[in-house]
Amino acid sequence: MITVSSARKNYGDFVALDDVSLTIPSGSLTALLGPSGSGKSTLLRAIAGLEGIDSGVVSIAGVDVTREPPQRRGIGFVFQHYAAFKHMTVRDNVAFGLTIRKRPKAEVRRKVDELLEIVGLDGFQHRYPSQLSGGQRQRMALARALAVDPRVLLLDEPFGALDAKVRAELRHWLRRLHDEVHVTTVLVTHDQEEALDVADRIAVLNRGRIEQVGDPVSLYEKPANEFVMSFLGSVARLGGQLVRPHDIVLERDRLAALAADARTPASPGVVTATVERVVRLGFEVRVELKADSGERFAAQVTRAEADRRRFQPGETVHARADRPADATEAEPALAI
Amino acid sequence: MSTTTRPREDVVQTSSSPPRPAGSPPTREGGRLRPATGRAIGVGVVGLWLSLIVLLPLAALTVRSLDEGLAGFWDAVTAPVALAAIGTTLVVSAVVALLNAVMGTLVAWVLVRDEFPGKRWVNALIDLPFALPTIVASIVLLALYGPSSPVGLQLNATRLGLVVALAFVTLPFVVRSVQPVLLELDREVEEAAASLGASNGATFRRVVLPTLAPAVISGTGLAFARAVGEYGSVVLIGGNIPRETQVVSQYIQQQIEIDRPVNAAAVSVALLGISFLTLFLLRLWGSRAQRREERSS
Repeated sequence: MITVSSARKNYGDFVALDDVSLTIPSGSLTALLGPSGSGKSTLLRAIAGLEGIDSGVVSIAGVDVTREPPQRRGIGFVFQHYAAFKHMTVRDNVAFGLTIRKRPKAEVRRKVDELLEIVGLDGFQHRYPSQLSGGQRQRMALARALAVDPRVLLLDEPFGALDAKVRAELRHWLRRLHDEVHVTTVLVTHDQEEALDVADRIAVLNRGRIEQVGDPVSLYEKPANEFVMSFLGSVARLGGQLVRPHDIVLERDRLAALAADARTPASPGVVTATVERVVRLGFEVRVELKADSGERFAAQVTRAEADRRRFQPGETVHARADRPADATEAEPALAI
Repeated sequence: MSTTTRPREDVVQTSSSPPRPAGSPPTREGGRLRPATGRAIGVGVVGLWLSLIVLLPLAALTVRSLDEGLAGFWDAVTAPVALAAIGTTLVVSAVVALLNAVMGTLVAWVLVRDEFPGKRWVNALIDLPFALPTIVASIVLLALYGPSSPVGLQLNATRLGLVVALAFVTLPFVVRSVQPVLLELDREVEEAAASLGASNGATFRRVVLPTLAPAVISGTGLAFARAVGEYGSVVLIGGNIPRETQVVSQYIQQQIEIDRPVNAAAVSVALLGISFLTLFLLRLWGSRAQRREERSS
């Protein structure tokens, strides 16, 4: 378990951490999610000891490590740009932490072989980092971090430097790895999809403060505020309220829209709008709309729905929002 | 090569344009120059220049050194005073080179990693030995460490004096070769080592130093070569005492003065051979370290 209490950190006038308190349960995979400058990396580096904090306490497994250097915190750290030891082979990279601890050669060899197999790099022992792809380098970095049996594994935007496809693959691979190894893991990311996909807990940060902590579903369904809502997925502004584009229902019949809206509690009302463009994005179809007030927003519908309703640019529709709870018709949706 | 009969302006134009003007062929009528032509001329000019400036004089020197036959060459090189001068030069230069390897790296480290007032001035100061006539260095050092030393340190006509003088003139080599590498060094690599439990010392030894090694080696090699050939900075403080502080350059000068040009040439050739071998070996070592790092798929 990692506990951070009342952590503060300033860089000159810039407040990186503003009284942050967070508890990360043992064995969890927690994502620190936020835009750049939100303090998520600073928080991770403060847990690692790579960054000091001005005040507050960091403890790992019940031990106060606030004043301990990174060497004595029992951590494994993975960097966005791999931080590979370029002059060492893959084997020597992974073995680094163990050689530093002067473990017996046989033990080092066994452990490194085992880890290389786990990360799918067996057969690459004698290569140099420059001979690996980005994804392979990052898996090597993970093996290197895991070699020292860390109490916590800290990942700073680990997939940020990889292309989209490799990123998604590694993400799923990390999730499976975590299910096998169960080491308490903290992952920093600015990509909400990554956080929702891989983490079992998410802490959303903004301007050095924690906005909300929870599991992915509750954060998505019950965001504490507009920031969390807009950061964890696309949003549309309908009648002054933020709604998910896939919760927007488009009706051609104004009366039907009003009647349905009347049954929805706390709804933003019915907004009359003109269809500007219909964009097909594979399975989803995005309908771009311009409200009579001049405000633009987008609704997201399924392809089947779009085929059935055949929205045409220029036509007038009536948009209303449906709450996920009563979205039993399993139909409309929208996106920005 | 069908271009040998081309008008001269074309040749001039070609040699001054980049070797492969792929996108924009010369528009001069009949001037369809193939890239190979430009390259051939480039190589030719470089070859000619190096021959005139470096290779021919060296060849002439070598021929001169053999004017009295191989035996004469051997006698000239193995004369006790000549051997002593060569020995002094090599030992002092090696000490200076090692000193530079350590101190130069340290200076580069402080200049890159630490912030202190006046850092830009110190940085500019490093190049001063390059800018000063080396005889000025000699005078400066003599003023401080000479017979009338204000600090009571008398290094005149001692080997230590030679070391100090040579260290002064070779200061920039290691600093300037290590600095850019240090600037590009990824700090996260050091943080990664720390997170894996490596102390600062272990991180430096096992992660930073291997990365700096090629630059340190090449800077040290240059400093050594420069020290071996240095004349101006040691001419005053060195004392020129045969078998003690006389360095090879001074011995050669002396041989010229007493009208033994063949001896001078022979010792010069020996010195040349040693310097060349040293630079070659260091380069080999340095590039191996570098290749290991850059070996790409």
